[in-house]
Amino acid sequence: MAENILEIENLSKMYKLGEINTGSLSTDIQRWFSKITNKPDAYEKLAEVNDRGTKGESKFVWSLKDVNFNVKQGEVFGIIGKNGAGKSTLLKLLSKITKPTHGSIKVGGRIASLLEVGTGFHPDLSGRDNIYLNGAILGMKKHEITAKLAEIVDFSGIERYIDTPVKRYSSGMFVRLAFAVAAHLEPDILILDEVLAVGDAEFQKKCLAKMQDVSQKQGRTVLFVSHNVAAVKQLCTQAMLLENGMVKHIGSVASTLEIYQETDKDHENGIRNTAAANEKGYFTSWKITGQNVQDEHSCITGETANFVFNFKCATRLPVCHVYIRITYDDNRALLIANSKDYSDNYFDLEAGEYNMNFSITLPVKTGKYGVQVALISQNIIIDTWESNTQLTVLDNFNTSGIHVNEGILNLRTGFNYQPANSFGLSPN
Amino acid sequence: MELNNNVHKKWKEIITPQNNIFSLNFKELWEYRDLLFILMKRDVFAIYKQTIFGPLWFFIQPILTTATFVIIFSRVAQLSTSGLPPILFYMSGIVIWSYFAECIMRTSTFLKDNSGILSKVYFPRIIVPLSLVVTNLVKFSIQLLLFLIVYFYYYFTTNGAIQPNMYALMLPVLIALIAGLGLGTGIIISSLTTKYKDLIHLTTFGVQLLMYGSAVIYPLSSFKGSKYEIFILANPMTGIIEAFRYGFLGIGEFSWALLGYDALCVLFFLVLGVVVFNSIEKNFVDTI
Repeated sequence: MAENILEIENLSKMYKLGEINTGSLSTDIQRWFSKITNKPDAYEKLAEVNDRGTKGESKFVWSLKDVNFNVKQGEVFGIIGKNGAGKSTLLKLLSKITKPTHGSIKVGGRIASLLEVGTGFHPDLSGRDNIYLNGAILGMKKHEITAKLAEIVDFSGIERYIDTPVKRYSSGMFVRLAFAVAAHLEPDILILDEVLAVGDAEFQKKCLAKMQDVSQKQGRTVLFVSHNVAAVKQLCTQAMLLENGMVKHIGSVASTLEIYQETDKDHENGIRNTAAANEKGYFTSWKITGQNVQDEHSCITGETANFVFNFKCATRLPVCHVYIRITYDDNRALLIANSKDYSDNYFDLEAGEYNMNFSITLPVKTGKYGVQVALISQNIIIDTWESNTQLTVLDNFNTSGIHVNEGILNLRTGFNYQPANSFGLSPN
Repeated sequence: MELNNNVHKKWKEIITPQNNIFSLNFKELWEYRDLLFILMKRDVFAIYKQTIFGPLWFFIQPILTTATFVIIFSRVAQLSTSGLPPILFYMSGIVIWSYFAECIMRTSTFLKDNSGILSKVYFPRIIVPLSLVVTNLVKFSIQLLLFLIVYFYYYFTTNGAIQPNMYALMLPVLIALIAGLGLGTGIIISSLTTKYKDLIHLTTFGVQLLMYGSAVIYPLSSFKGSKYEIFILANPMTGIIEAFRYGFLGIGEFSWALLGYDALCVLFFLVLGVVVFNSIEKNFVDTI
């Protein structure tokens, strides 16, 4: 039984909204007075639960309220939640950047936090100097950095540019170098905030592998905040769902993601060229079924997946057809499919809710793809919808994995060679 | 008993809303000493990199200031320079003063200037102003070199007008006092400006006023017996400048009392700086 390395008790953080400095001297004096007279802070009573959507009455909000959880040694603990749920605040408190309003955090080891990549990088300094600068800011000693320099440079894959000022780097190179430094920190607890959202697919894969290595082989504890459901699923052993600054669920990754997706369902918006509640009908959501993948918006490359689009029909719509468009690289079409492609049949809809099913096999590289759908009735567009939820294509690990960042297709290739004049004799 | 012991040992750190406002974690500071030198290296490098003339600027500034002072205060206003060549007199004051001004100006904005790093990573924040004060020593050394060149020129061309003595060896102590003073006051201002932003306008103005209220442009002796003398004596920089001039130029007088008062001031501002900083440290990221 592993011991707790982090114990978080009743952790709360209050923020003041709006103009921070207006009249703050007088509120300061009031708060200071209640502090010395040992009364509870008058302004804390006014503070409200943090929900971006509703316009609150008070100028004070609880960004975190009574958060309790423990993390065990060697665990990879995922923290998920919508924007503004308090994830970043929690990380800031854990990494000692700001102090809590109430509660305590008990820490059983050295913490290193990575709230952004490349903190403190100086554009005029060379890559090498920046490794030292960034490493020292993250808490490494000079001799530790020197000992790991070769490893860091190797991991980043930018040896050629190591003595070039980082302002000449592409953004990808910058991120590679920055992550390489962070990956070689050796804290007992590593705090990561969505850093994996950057870099190309190859590098992301490398980062995920490194993180797994850090937790499984080296026995370090990792706290990982991400929107990337696939990454959370791949990495984490435990997960917590935050909502409006409070803990909604703590448990296995699968159970937490399930609840997260349920809470997310009502808000699946996107871009449409017709009004959201089009009077005749509109698309509400999409998902993938019939695959051995937990996430409803992920499929495995090369495997046939059933894409289900939910359509709410308000009135009779005769002579309909549906087409979908899957995009890559910022709206370049990858695949366009139409319901009348093979059957040449149109269909009629009555008022009600329908599932439009497309069976699709995508032998493409892992990554994010856009999903667009349109319904046409009697040559009139009823609704076109571009979902905010992107399609994640996961790897099947059948191909080599080298050069993954280039190209679009992910197909297993065959190869052999033979002397040209041997009439098909095998080379051995 | 053993179990109990284990429980206490287990936690390396407990983060709570309160922190002790008098504490300065020297152990932690020592662990981050490498960061101090790396930040220093970065700052020195950045100064060289951004300008065409590079370190030449370090010379131009004191030369132009000295020339201005010579013209205005010596030629036009005919203030006393205790019988010394005005160039040497003003330059000695300016070299010392610019180190102080540089320290206080740079440290007084350190929280704002580094908010990008400070809001993303934790390290002992005091490292940043410490590195600034040490970095400024580079500029100070270059200006001191310029002063020494001028100094030796006059030393050999005027016979016996300049009488250096053993008190010149006090220079390291004087530098430490200036650094401490700049650091302490700079941290106080920087801490307060995270909440009350208008203070920053006062700083530039205040440092300039303070210069006229110290012995940079006149010898302390010219105010002997005057009712303003007490204000000039109260300025901790006066004692330091006087001590520097006495050691190198042999004018004025050396006063242990005045230097002792300066040391007390330095201690006071450093302690106050730590207290003020500790009280804003827990939340400054939210307001900066």
